[in-house]
Amino acid sequence: MTDKKTLFIDGKEVEFTDEPNLLEVIRKAGMNVPTFCYRPDLTSFGACRMCVVEVEGRGIQSSCTMPPEAGLKIHLNTDRTRRIRKTVLELLLANHDRSCLTCDKSGSCELQQYAEEYGIKQIRYPDKADDEYLPVDDSSPSLVRDPNKCILCGACVRACTEFQGHSVLGFANRGSKTVVQPMNGRPLGQVDCVNCGQCAAVCPTGALTIKSDIENVWKEITNPNKKVVVQMAPATRVAIGEMFGLEPGENSIGKMNAALRRIGFDLIFDTNFSADLTIMEEASEFLGRLQSGQNLPLFTSCCPAWIKYIETAHPEMLNHLSTCKSPMSMMSPVLVDLLPKRLEIERENLVVVAIMPCTAKKYECKRDDLMRNGRADTDYVLTTQELGRMIKEAGIDFNSIEPEPNDSPFGEYTGAGTIFGASGGVAEAAVRTAYEFATGETLENVDIKELRGTTNRCRDVELDIKGTKVVVRVVSTLKEAEKSLQEIKNGTAKFHMLEVMACPGGCINGGGQPRSCDNSKIKAERAQGLYKEDSELKLRKSHVNPSIKKLYDEYLEKPNSHKAHEILHTIYKDKLTGSYKDIK
Amino acid sequence: MALNIDIKEEQKRALEDIKQQGLRVLVCAGTGCVANGSLKVIEKFKELGANVGVLSEYDKMTTVPTGCHGFCEQGVLVVIPDKHVTYVKVKEKDVEEIYESHIKNNKPVERLMYVDPKTHEHVQDDEHINFYAKQTRTALKNCGNINAESIDEAIAVRGYEALANVLKENNPDAVIETIEKSGLRGRGGGGFPTGRKWKFTAANRGGKSYIVCNGDEGDPGAFMDRSVMEGDPHKLLEGMAIAAFAIGADEGYIYVRAEYPLAIKRLRKAIKDAEERNFLGKNIMGSDFSLDIHIKEGAGAFVCGEETALIASIEGERGMPRPKPPFPANKGLFGRPTLINNVETLANVPVIMLNGADWFAKMGTETSKGTKTFALTGDVNNTGLIEVPMGTTLREIVFDIGGGMRDGKKFKAVQIGGPSGGCLTEEHLDIPMDYDNLIKAGAMVGSGGLVVMSDKTCIVEVARFFMNFTQHESCGKCVPCREGTKNMLKILEKIVAGKGTMEDLELLEELAHAVKDGSLCGLGKTAPNPVLSTLKYFRDEYIAHIKDKKCPAGVCTAMKKVVIMEDLCKGCTKCARTCPVGAIDGTVKNPHHINQDKCIKCEACLKNCPFKAIVLE
Repeated sequence: MTDKKTLFIDGKEVEFTDEPNLLEVIRKAGMNVPTFCYRPDLTSFGACRMCVVEVEGRGIQSSCTMPPEAGLKIHLNTDRTRRIRKTVLELLLANHDRSCLTCDKSGSCELQQYAEEYGIKQIRYPDKADDEYLPVDDSSPSLVRDPNKCILCGACVRACTEFQGHSVLGFANRGSKTVVQPMNGRPLGQVDCVNCGQCAAVCPTGALTIKSDIENVWKEITNPNKKVVVQMAPATRVAIGEMFGLEPGENSIGKMNAALRRIGFDLIFDTNFSADLTIMEEASEFLGRLQSGQNLPLFTSCCPAWIKYIETAHPEMLNHLSTCKSPMSMMSPVLVDLLPKRLEIERENLVVVAIMPCTAKKYECKRDDLMRNGRADTDYVLTTQELGRMIKEAGIDFNSIEPEPNDSPFGEYTGAGTIFGASGGVAEAAVRTAYEFATGETLENVDIKELRGTTNRCRDVELDIKGTKVVVRVVSTLKEAEKSLQEIKNGTAKFHMLEVMACPGGCINGGGQPRSCDNSKIKAERAQGLYKEDSELKLRKSHVNPSIKKLYDEYLEKPNSHKAHEILHTIYKDKLTGSYKDIK
Repeated sequence: MALNIDIKEEQKRALEDIKQQGLRVLVCAGTGCVANGSLKVIEKFKELGANVGVLSEYDKMTTVPTGCHGFCEQGVLVVIPDKHVTYVKVKEKDVEEIYESHIKNNKPVERLMYVDPKTHEHVQDDEHINFYAKQTRTALKNCGNINAESIDEAIAVRGYEALANVLKENNPDAVIETIEKSGLRGRGGGGFPTGRKWKFTAANRGGKSYIVCNGDEGDPGAFMDRSVMEGDPHKLLEGMAIAAFAIGADEGYIYVRAEYPLAIKRLRKAIKDAEERNFLGKNIMGSDFSLDIHIKEGAGAFVCGEETALIASIEGERGMPRPKPPFPANKGLFGRPTLINNVETLANVPVIMLNGADWFAKMGTETSKGTKTFALTGDVNNTGLIEVPMGTTLREIVFDIGGGMRDGKKFKAVQIGGPSGGCLTEEHLDIPMDYDNLIKAGAMVGSGGLVVMSDKTCIVEVARFFMNFTQHESCGKCVPCREGTKNMLKILEKIVAGKGTMEDLELLEELAHAVKDGSLCGLGKTAPNPVLSTLKYFRDEYIAHIKDKKCPAGVCTAMKKVVIMEDLCKGCTKCARTCPVGAIDGTVKNPHHINQDKCIKCEACLKNCPFKAIVLE
């Protein structure tokens, strides 16, 4: 039984239980106060002072940091709290690059929103002086950092530290010269940033935004000589609808197919297909390692942020990584090798675009090890957000568009491919296939619910594969992953497979997904959307996908074959020494 | 609890050792006097003392390097207690004379004595030097009287006696009760009742707790904490040990700014010596109580004096304050219950434990007990570090201890409490200074900076100066402090440049209130105080800058106008020749004229005019 206590918000008695702060109590009671720096997934910071409330007997308090106490009498909109909020807004705007019309966050910027809500019509303080402007940093393949739009709420700093344990971003200098910057003031592209984009996801303004490839893709689409094909990741379909007012978790795959066709993509495929392909390879690889006892535990390799982390922070553990390319990077070479002939075009006229929930995929597609003949197999990565914007630009009414099927053969997928988008999904899909590969028997109950969940960032599940005990660990966030790496180092690790997704909750909460300030509920709903599709599909194990079978029969021979290794597997780079490590 | 050390015996032995020293010559070796050459003075005394053969009534002389005496502007200070003499401004070359004349032949050297600014007479000893006469030194008692680097001398003046008593009685709650009853309040600025703070922290006894000493003294001009750390480090360690025992902590940190190298050096030695005597470390004096003390050097950020920023800094994080609650008493250093007290607060603890709560509570006012140190500076004759009972009036400090206004200037105001404090005026000269009266008057005790200003000080410029300081020292975390102080500073700069408007003044005041209400930590909450208090008491001066474009104190360069009065000018051409920028025209024997566009307001002409024909407008 929970202990119910009450406090008073503007005279209304409100119940609370275990809410960590007053702000949560206020929100639960159906009211709200503005905030820039509070993010439910991150520790409270108390810096922006927008959420101040007046507490009788305690004066002005930031509601995001004050724990609720029974009997407190709180007032949200007093003369003092309103004056503080309006002053904060006016001060921030005075120091802000107010190029709102051309800002990437225009329309979703919280500073813009509150300035409007609080009726800030005049800024009485002097504008940012010319010499106070700092250069925009676009050195990262994934993100653009504009310090002139930073309001120093510290959300990005906390996201980087608390999610990835990485602290690539930090505060520097003092007083009005304080800035948030990458380590040692170097450009973001030159530090050990894993490109996860969580910083941009939590940024309330245009200070951290996703580097856009929209123009590049339009240029290819409008070029009559080019055939532009597209694949989209599992997590995108359950989130894109949010940009058009649909509920989180609603599966819009059919609408996406239709919209992509209207935009002008020539062939629409699905990364779920290559997720199935990944499972064929990775499950076989896992069984091989279980047999040989070498390079265990196996690390999954779908998440580019995680790969980069191992390469930069723990190159000595590269041998644990699965050599499988990610589903996106398995799909593209297959398309590149097979499509030109079928479409009767030259290789150079084929353009492969991937719609991803992820900013790190923009980095992944440019990786050296994924280059073949001097060209990347994936030409452009667009995030879910960017696709949403393209759909709007193209004048497509997403809500009323009739769903359409995708193109074969690389559009066919099983439920195992779909669940890749949620933390635990890769492991579950791998186990479904590995079990049947190892035992030759049919796995009756394919739902391994212990592997699922969006809140618990580390889960161990013990499985019995015909007498062999296999422990699968699922983690999300690199901070959590680091703990597992330490366990391996000090010899206490008891797991055989480690699934890592850098974003909390997995790809459904990727840095490229539509933004939301309070995403704990949204995360769960998006994941639910994927599991729902899985449960509704007839085929739910990767190895039963007929198109996959066909691909092996006609082209790849069998999992882990020489051909498969050539195009579906990769080698990793020790970023400290710069040498490649080939794990066989 | 039975102890394995008899502190009284140790004391006796230490006193006997001191007696063996013969004639004690105390030479200040505080930071100020060291800068003035006291190390050479000490060497010289030692050199002379080494070949001493015949002294008047002593067979031996010992030179004792002591901590700060407080009267730094008169350094190097040499005190010979047995001869009842204090010599000021002693240079290396004066040592021989003191030795020959006074030490050997009992003839005091009058020329090296302090000259009273009022009577112009030489004063021989501390009891009669006005600077010392009205002081009551308790926290600073031993500073200047003992060898700061000798644990034995500390023991001789009852060092560690209070700790021994406390451990013998073994009743932590009784210790807290004594501190609570004494009425001691935090000397770092806030004035929170110390006993209550201890009680809050002690409520979390049982697990790991910390004691932290805040020695991050950052107010411009304040140096009381440095003086204690340099001059009487063992008192601080003893205070920390008693506090740690009371709240159940077994580990402590002293947070000292790296700019205090001497304090750090002496504290390190003191900790080592105390550990060797088992006054610190495991099972102190044979009791169950253990305490390890570490020194953490701060990198010099003013905001690290704020307790939560200080905690972050010790933890290795950027020195940025954290919102309270949770208070450090519940969740402090490394997430554990932590007691943070200022140096001066802790230095009062052993004295209170020795003399009792009632003795301490007898000093001071109704709500503020004991004494308080102030760093007195500005336009007064005597500047330095003073300690007076709470409730002493400003008049006593400025006109008695301070020896009155310097160069006959007129008293205008006092900026008290540093950048967080406020300005007080003539009307406040007779209010008893304590925590509450000062808050009522719009200032605060703060860490005890006290700057006396004359009518030659521009009050708007003072406000600008402090705002510049707080803006630079703002940690940049919360918006009101970071952006608010920046814009307050911009408005003040505009006003002193003669470009302010009445709308600016309104905006300044509005912003000041928002920053005070909305900021996260004490730095931001108090940053507008200098502006608000000067606006309250010297609004006319702001308006003069804005409406009349005049600086009444004649300080603000932008508003100065140097003019030649034609009727007084004899045309001697001296001004034109003096002017470094060629701004003065005129022919011989005819009145000259200053070209205002060229004039840089250096006032060279004004100072050089033989006929006093050039004036400031």
